Amino acid sequence: MQSTIPGSEGITKRGDERNLWTRREFFGFAGWGAFLSAIGLGLLGFVRFMFPRVLFEPSPIFKAGKPEDYVEGEVSERFKEEQRVWILREKGKIIAIQAICTHLGCTPRWLPLETKFKCPCHGSGFTMEGINFEGPAPRPLERYAVRLDAEGELIVDKSRKFLYEKGEWENPEAFVVL
Amino acid sequence: MNLIQFKAQYEELRKLIVDSYVWKSIFRHGYKDTARNRVLMTASNVFLHLHPSKMRRHGIKISYTWCAGGLTFLFFLILTVTGVILMFYYRPVAEYAFVDMKYLQFDVPFGMVMRNMHRWGAHGMVILVMLHMFRVFMTGSYKPPREFNWVVGVLLLVLTFLLSFTGYLLPWDQLSIWAVTVGTNMARATPLLGHEGPLAEQMQQLTGVITPRYDARSFLTAGTIVGAPTLLRFYVLHCIFIPIAAAVLMIVHFWRVRKDGGISGPL
Repeated sequence: MQSTIPGSEGITKRGDERNLWTRREFFGFAGWGAFLSAIGLGLLGFVRFMFPRVLFEPSPIFKAGKPEDYVEGEVSERFKEEQRVWILREKGKIIAIQAICTHLGCTPRWLPLETKFKCPCHGSGFTMEGINFEGPAPRPLERYAVRLDAEGELIVDKSRKFLYEKGEWENPEAFVVL
Repeated sequence: MNLIQFKAQYEELRKLIVDSYVWKSIFRHGYKDTARNRVLMTASNVFLHLHPSKMRRHGIKISYTWCAGGLTFLFFLILTVTGVILMFYYRPVAEYAFVDMKYLQFDVPFGMVMRNMHRWGAHGMVILVMLHMFRVFMTGSYKPPREFNWVVGVLLLVLTFLLSFTGYLLPWDQLSIWAVTVGTNMARATPLLGHEGPLAEQMQQLTGVITPRYDARSFLTAGTIVGAPTLLRFYVLHCIFIPIAAAVLMIVHFWRVRKDGGISGPL
């Protein structure tokens, strides 16, 4: 490989015995390394940039009054509009049911005369406990975490879900014992 | 593993990649170090072909060019990237603009870096543009056949100032609102088109529209005061209109540099 560039006769060629890397190779590595690491770090920084540390969103945790506000054996629609949650007081415990149909995410309606949840979109039906028994819904309705705070008020935490098919309805955090 | 073995392995891997069909379909001329092949390598690559295939020895004398033009362009690219990144959070609406800026500063990772790169980079670009003009003047690089490029450069200088001026309003704080109020008030005195400028009365008699509500100033402010409509107008000018105009002129500018004998070449 004979170079034809004037004035380059003394420059070390690739494969020269005296040096492992030519100066040009070394600077090539250094340059590309600097360039690629700058691009890579910038990309990582940009990805982090896309996730702000503060979100201006409604809190997933809300207060739902006292357990005495709810009648045993009745589904309360008090927080359905605002929070998409039904509060159900059963014998000795209170649960929070997510008002989202497990089929395609519509909001079912509570039909007290038939004691079932009925989804208007495709006719999925759920029992009062939220078990799917008719229509296309593949899974029972999901439940949210509930607890009592120091003042004995109900706290519903929508960031934590409990699924029947995973046996999570038995989880002590999924209901409040009265 | 010693260095010799490492190098042998590296060379093997390199050969595998460089001799592959895919690589050769992209980079068609290899690295054969001949004068002809160097030109081919440069001319057949979309990124490299933006460079001249041959540089004059004179062209890389930093003491001559100060790199001011190239650095200005680099700053423009930095401002474009950081500006687009800021657009992910900034909303050009009176209710949100200021709090979005504060949000970027305090609640977004790297938001402060992006905002400050954009602001300081803007200052830097203005300074560099002036330095570039000064250098071009002192080296006589405006002389024929480069006189047209001087004109393009002056237009780019004006656009750079306009970018700075329009960007200045976007934080939507007291400083920027009053600065832009003062700045746009100057447009009252525009000849013919400003309602307080020379020949304003004659224009009013002639056309009947050069009034405080319909003149050069209200064209900028979208009203009689600097308000929410001004913010949106300046935002669109700052992010879309002026950058595109500047990019077009930059293309012309660089093209003419190349056609008129490259940077700093004696003719």
